[in-house]
Order: sequence, then C-alpha cells, then structure tokens
Amino acid sequence: MQSVVARSMLALSGMAAIFGAILAFASRIFAVHRDPRVEKIAEILPGANCGACGYPGCQGFAEALVKGEVGEGAYCPPGGPDVMAKVAEILGVAAGEVVPMVAVVHCNGGRSNAVERLEYDGIEDCRAAILVGGSPKACIFGCLGLGTCSAVCPFDAVTLDDDRVVHIDREKCTGCGKCVEACPVNIIELVPMDMRVHVKCSSHDKGKRAKEVCKVACIGCQLCAKKCPHDAIHMEDDLAVIDYAKCQNCGVCAAVCPTGAIVDDVKARPKASIGSDCVGSGKCKEVCPVKAISGEPGERHEVDRGKCIGCGLCIEVCPTKSIRIVGALGHQKAKV
Amino acid sequence: MDLGQLLAIVIGAVFVSNFVLMRFLGLCPFVGVSKDSDSALGMGMAVIFVMTMASLVTWFVYNYILVPLEITYLRTIAFILVIATLVQFVEMVIEKTSPALHKSLGIYLPLITTNCAVLGVAVVNVETFMVTGLPRNASFIYTVLHGFSAGLGFTLALVLMAAIRERLELGAVPKSMRGIAITFITAGLMAMAFQGFSGLKIG
Repeated sequence: MQSVVARSMLALSGMAAIFGAILAFASRIFAVHRDPRVEKIAEILPGANCGACGYPGCQGFAEALVKGEVGEGAYCPPGGPDVMAKVAEILGVAAGEVVPMVAVVHCNGGRSNAVERLEYDGIEDCRAAILVGGSPKACIFGCLGLGTCSAVCPFDAVTLDDDRVVHIDREKCTGCGKCVEACPVNIIELVPMDMRVHVKCSSHDKGKRAKEVCKVACIGCQLCAKKCPHDAIHMEDDLAVIDYAKCQNCGVCAAVCPTGAIVDDVKARPKASIGSDCVGSGKCKEVCPVKAISGEPGERHEVDRGKCIGCGLCIEVCPTKSIRIVGALGHQKAKV
Repeated sequence: MDLGQLLAIVIGAVFVSNFVLMRFLGLCPFVGVSKDSDSALGMGMAVIFVMTMASLVTWFVYNYILVPLEITYLRTIAFILVIATLVQFVEMVIEKTSPALHKSLGIYLPLITTNCAVLGVAVVNVETFMVTGLPRNASFIYTVLHGFSAGLGFTLALVLMAAIRERLELGAVPKSMRGIAITFITAGLMAMAFQGFSGLKIG
C-alpha cells in the first residue's frame, strides 16, 4: 500500500463494507415484524392526529384497528363514512353506519350583545381567563370569546368574528370534538349534521337577569316549548333545550323566540300556499304557530310569505287538502 | 488529568462554546424541534446519546484506522460514515429491545443522522484532543466526556428555546412576526446572552 490514493480507497471502502455488513446483519437480528395493513390504513386515515377516535393519533388508531382492539364503535369522525368503508375493506369487515356530527356553540353573545363585567387583558385563552378571575362577561354561562376552540381546531373550522362570536364552518367541521373538550364553559356540543335549528344560549339565569346581561339570551319564557309541534323542546332550569332526537327542523321555535336566542340555520325555507278550493274552515289559522295565515271564516285564506316558516302543520289540518308547500331549493311537496 | 480539567471540558462544552448558540451548529433541529418542551427534551436525550456514542466510536476510528494509514485528511467523510451507521444501528436496537423508548426517541433519531452538530463534535474532538499530543487514555476520556457535554449543551439550548417559544405562543406577538420570525430573533438574543460566558476563565 504505497500510494495515498490506494490506502484511502481501500480504507474507506473497507469501512463501508464492514458497516454495511453490520447493518445488514443487524436488520436481520433486530427485525421487528410489522403488519403491512397498519401502513395501508394509516395512509387512508386523514392524518390530522386529532384523537377523536379515542386513540393517540392516526397511527395508534391504525394499529388498534389491525390488532382488533377496536370494537363496533370504531369511527373516524374527520374521515367520515368514506374513510371507514375503505378501512373496512382492508380489514375485510363491514363498516357500520354512523351519522356525521358537527359542533354547535350554544352562545351567540358577542361584545355588542353581552355585557362585560371586567376588561380582561391577560393571555388570549379562555382557560387562562377562567383561572384568573372567571369569565370577563357578566353572563357566567356564556362564551368568553377568547378563541380557545378556534386555536385547538385541527381543521380551521372554528373562527371568531369581529364581535367575538364563535362561528363553526359546517363544511370544514368533522365533529372530532376537540373544541368540545377545550371549552372551559362547556357550551359546545356535537349534534347530528342534519340538525339546523339550535338554541344559541346556555344561560340558566332567570329571565330578568339573563336579559340584563345579554340581549340574545334565553329568558326562559317557554314560548318555544309550548309552540313546538313535535314536543322536541323543553325547559331545563330556565333554559330551552332542543331534543335532537325529536326535532324536525321546522323552525317554529326560532320564529317565536322573542330574543332571537334560537337560531334557524336553514337559508331558504319552503312556504305554504293555499289553493283556490279553500273553503275557509279557519283550521289552518288556528294551528299556525307563527300566525302567518289570515282570512275571514268562509272565505279563501291567505299566507303571509314573510311570516310562514314552511312547517307544514296547516297541511295536516286542512279539511279540503288545498294547502301546498312550495318554493325553496326547488323543493315542492304535493298536497298531502 | 485532574478533576479541574474535566470540569473545564464540561463547562466549556455546555456554556462557553455551546454547540448551538456559540458554534452555530445543529440549528435545524434547534428551530424545528423546539415547539414544545416534551419533544425538545426527547430530542435532547437522543442527541446526548448519539454524541457520546459518536465521540467514542470516532476516537477508535481515528486512532486505529486513519492515523496508522496516514489518511487523516479523510476524517470528515469517514466520520459521516461512522455516524450514519451508528444512528441506524442504534435505532434498530432500540426498536427491538424497547418499543416504548423507540416511540419517544425513535422519531428524532433519523433527524440526527445528518446533524452537523454530531459531526462537529467528532471534528472538534480531533482538533482539541487528538492532534495535540495528549496521552491516549487522557484523550479518550476527554473525547467521550466532551461528546457527552456537547449533547448536554445542545439539550440545554433546545429546552430553553422550547420553553421560551411556549410562552411566546400565548404572548401578544405582532402578526407579521409570529412563528419562525420571532423564533429567529429569540435565537439571536439567546446567542448574545451566551456570549456572556465567553469571558469565563476555567482551570
């Protein structure tokens, strides 16, 4: 080994060969058996690591799925049914049907509507504010408006507007429930995706106090509970609560609510229309929860399209079946 | 080889010539893995381990392969070879023997494979302990100790940075400065603060 070049080449290639051999040998000895299905499933999962499935991240969920640790309730809320169907295909089992959920904030009290009892100047985090001196708002039940839910949302679905009211983008929300967990006042709830009418208030204060501290509070007047045609709304400690199992999205409650605490999310509703064969029985007028129908007995009645919410109650009581529901999104219900 | 000398090496590597804040090596993980203290600590532990092992192995490679063959000019490429192999090997062993440790440490190991701070330790070791004519046993102990302390210094810088960034997350940082911009400024201020150690007289 005379020349430097020869020595260098020999030494380096020798080292490389030895190290390569060691690694090759080690990969045999220390080989860890991995199920290829884990990788496949992990690829399909959204990869947001939100933890909504109850496992530590998507990788953890994939491993648990392959090991068979997950029972019937296995579901990935961000991925939805599509992803679960693909996962089920890999695992060779049938996927269950799950209704997609979406988060709803039960408070609409922004800066302009809710009275603030102090000026909070600390860390911009609801949990921190609660630790320091409770909610900066006079209403202890309501949203603090500091955006903790917005910060924890892995999908950018939660935003605060200029009035510090929380808005949830139904398209982006996957129902993972991170915001529900993070909210220190527990006013965020996961509801089925098809529910569009919500009580946007969580105040259990008595009517007078509730009205004093927030313009859009539920004052416990019980009008909604009385008017609900489906018995889906009930009072719980001076607060209207919608039973989502019974709610039909008719929007009667939102129409009668005097403070606007109940919000109807449906953009365009169909309207009732009375045909020329109306005999003026007046039954529709009686049953209409929003007083949208007028007319003298015996004459053809008319619907105030501004007031009508398309709940369809009048259709059922009309003796001559002359009422139809028309309009909204090309939707047309024939005479029932 | 007295105790004062050893202490001087430790303090020197941790504070006076901290690998991140004074030598400006390993800046990629310093910015990348300093978002929260837990992963910063995990990364730090992995770096301490790898730096110590790398110092040990490169000492043997240098003294028993490169020096006898008179090819010490190849030390950079030889050390890269050693470190990359070492990290891969360590990852395999950890994954097999301790899955829990692998879960907390393993994700950082590939990051270290090509970390310049690890190579920096090996090169600095050669320059300060091996070509200076120290006796073999002293140079060996100094080398390993220096590798360990360098990792300690890296961990210190990383954990400090992570703690500051966690506070910054909640602070009222101007919008245009949020994220990586304020991190760079913070890193600069920290480096300036560590400059204060350079006047420290040890030994």
